[in-house]
Amino acid sequence: MTPSDAPVFSSSEDLTAVCKRLRRDIVTMIAKAGSGHPGGSLSAVEIIVALYWKVLHHKPADPTWKDRDRFVLSKGHAAPVLYAALAECGYFPKAELDTLRQIDSHLQGHTDRTLTPGVEMSSGSLGQGLSFAVGAALAGRLDKAPWRVYALLSDGECDEGQTWEAAMSAGMFKVDNLTAIVDNNGIQLSGFNKDIMNLYPFPQKWWAFDWNVLEVDGHDITQILGAIAEAQQFKNQPTVIVAHTIKGKGVSFMENNVEFHGKAPNAEQLAQALKELA
Amino acid sequence: MAEEVAPREVYGKTLVELGRENPNIVVLDADLSPSTMTGYFKKEFPERFFEVGIAEQNMIGVACGLAANGKIPFASTFAVFAPGRCFDQIRVSVAQAKLNVKIVSTHSGLTVGEDGASHQALEDLALVCSLPGFTVIVPADGIETAQAIRAAAAHKGPCYVRLIRGKLPIVCDSAYRFEIGRAAVMRQGKAATIMAMGTMMAPALEAAAALAQEGIGCRVLNMSSLKPIDGIAVFNAAVETGAIVTAEEHQEHGGLGSKVARLTAKHHPVPMEFIAVKNKFGMSGKPGELLVRYGLTAKDIAAAVRDVVKRKR
Repeated sequence: MTPSDAPVFSSSEDLTAVCKRLRRDIVTMIAKAGSGHPGGSLSAVEIIVALYWKVLHHKPADPTWKDRDRFVLSKGHAAPVLYAALAECGYFPKAELDTLRQIDSHLQGHTDRTLTPGVEMSSGSLGQGLSFAVGAALAGRLDKAPWRVYALLSDGECDEGQTWEAAMSAGMFKVDNLTAIVDNNGIQLSGFNKDIMNLYPFPQKWWAFDWNVLEVDGHDITQILGAIAEAQQFKNQPTVIVAHTIKGKGVSFMENNVEFHGKAPNAEQLAQALKELA
Repeated sequence: MAEEVAPREVYGKTLVELGRENPNIVVLDADLSPSTMTGYFKKEFPERFFEVGIAEQNMIGVACGLAANGKIPFASTFAVFAPGRCFDQIRVSVAQAKLNVKIVSTHSGLTVGEDGASHQALEDLALVCSLPGFTVIVPADGIETAQAIRAAAAHKGPCYVRLIRGKLPIVCDSAYRFEIGRAAVMRQGKAATIMAMGTMMAPALEAAAALAQEGIGCRVLNMSSLKPIDGIAVFNAAVETGAIVTAEEHQEHGGLGSKVARLTAKHHPVPMEFIAVKNKFGMSGKPGELLVRYGLTAKDIAAAVRDVVKRKR
C-alpha cells in the first residue's frame, strides 16, 4: 500500500540530537513571540520527530504532493513543535520561526492551512482535528490511495464531545488507514486533568469506541515507531496510540508545571532552558 | 394556483444527478436522511454516503477532511443543527480553513411548524452570513433549488443553502437562470421595491399583484443570493423606486433586511420596512397559522409597501 518502504524525507542524524534542537527552537521562538504554549509543544517533540523523520511519506519541496501521508495537528496550540519540525525538514526557512505570532507572519498562533506550507489543517478550537482526520481517511479509502492519516490530539481536548463523536464514527467506519496519537501529558490549561475533568480510564474509553489501543512512553522514539508499525498492519479498526508524556519535557522548571501550559519564558528562563537543552 | 413542489425533494434528486455526473460528490447526513431527502443519494451511491449519526459537529469536520482531499461534500441536516449546533466547526474548520464544503439545511424558519421553537431556525442566515468567504443561497422554489444546488456544487468554496420543510409554489419560469451574486427581477414597477427570498417570494408576488390593483406598481426582486448580495440591484432599486420592503422568514437581525439597509444607508438612503420575525422565538402551529401570527403574509407585505410609499419624499 505504501508508495515506498522508506519515507521520502530521510535523515541519518541521531534523533536525540534532532529532538534537542527542536526543543531549543520551541522555547526560543515562544520567548521571542512573548506568548505561546511551550508545555504541550515540548511534550510532543518525540512524537513529531518520529513521524516526520521516520514515518510520514512527505516531500518538503512539494507540500501538496498527492501521495503524501496526511498529518493533522488537532492540538493547534502546539503549533511551535510542528513549525520547528517543518522548518527543520525544509518546508520554509528556519529564520521564519522568529516571526511566530507576529502580524503578517505565516506562522500563526494556531495552525492555519491556508498560510503555512505543510500544515494540513487549521486548528485552535480543540476537538475538531479527529473529525477532519476521519474525513481524510474516508477520502483516501474512496480513492484507494496509498497514503495514511495520522492525527495528534491532546489528552485535554478529549474533554470535547466532538472528539468522541469522531472516535465513534472512526470505529463505525473501520478506517484502519487512520492512526491517532494522544499526547497524554496529564495537564490542561488550568490544572491536572484528573482534577479538572478526569478522563480515567482513558485507554478503555477508546477501546469502548471500537479502536485498537496501544500505549507507549511518548518520549521513547523506538516505542513510538514500534506502535506505529503495528498500527499500519492492523486491519478493520483505527488505532490510537496513547503516548504517555511529560508536559514541558526537557526543561526542568517547565516539566509538569501547569504554569507553562500557555506562558512564554522570560529572558532569564530562556537562557536557563537553552543551557539545559545544550 | 401554481404547482407546488418540495424543495428538499428537488434537492435529493439533484444530488443523485450530480452524483452520476461527478464521482467526487459525496453526501453526509446526521440521522435525518429520510427528511433531508439525501436518502435518494444513499440508495444509489452507498459507498459515497456517510451517515454520522446524531453528531453534527463531527459531520462538519468529516466533510472538511473529505473536501481537503478532493471530494465535494454535501452535508445535510435541519438548519437548527447546521449551522445552529455546529457553528464553531463551520467557523474554524470550514470557513477559516477555506474548505469546499456545502451545507444544505432542509428545515428552516417558522414553516417547520408543529415541532415548535427548538426546530425553527430563525437566526441561521445571520450566523453563516457573518463568516468571511461563505456563499449563502435561499432558493424561492423547486426550479431555483435545482439550479442553486448545481451552482453550489460548481462553486469553489463554502456554501450554505437554506431550504424548507414544506412545499413552495413555483414562481420561477422555465427560462429562469440562477446565478450566485445576482438578484432576479420577478416583476417590474416604479413605486417601491419588494425584496424577498425563499418562502416569502410567493407572498411578495401576491402582494405586488394586489398593490397593482390600487395603482401601486412594485418591482419585485428575488434575493436568493443573500451572500454575495447583488449590491447593484439594491442600489438601482433605491434610486429608481425610492422605497424598499424586505421580506424574509428569519429574525429581523442579521438577514436580508439588515444587509439591504446597510447598503442603502451607505449609498442611497430610502424609506424601508422589514417583514421578518421581530426578536421572538417561534412556536408550535400549522405553518400557515404561524406565518399569519408572525406577520409574514402577502397582506403584511402590502401594508408595509403602502407605508413606505407614503414616506417617500
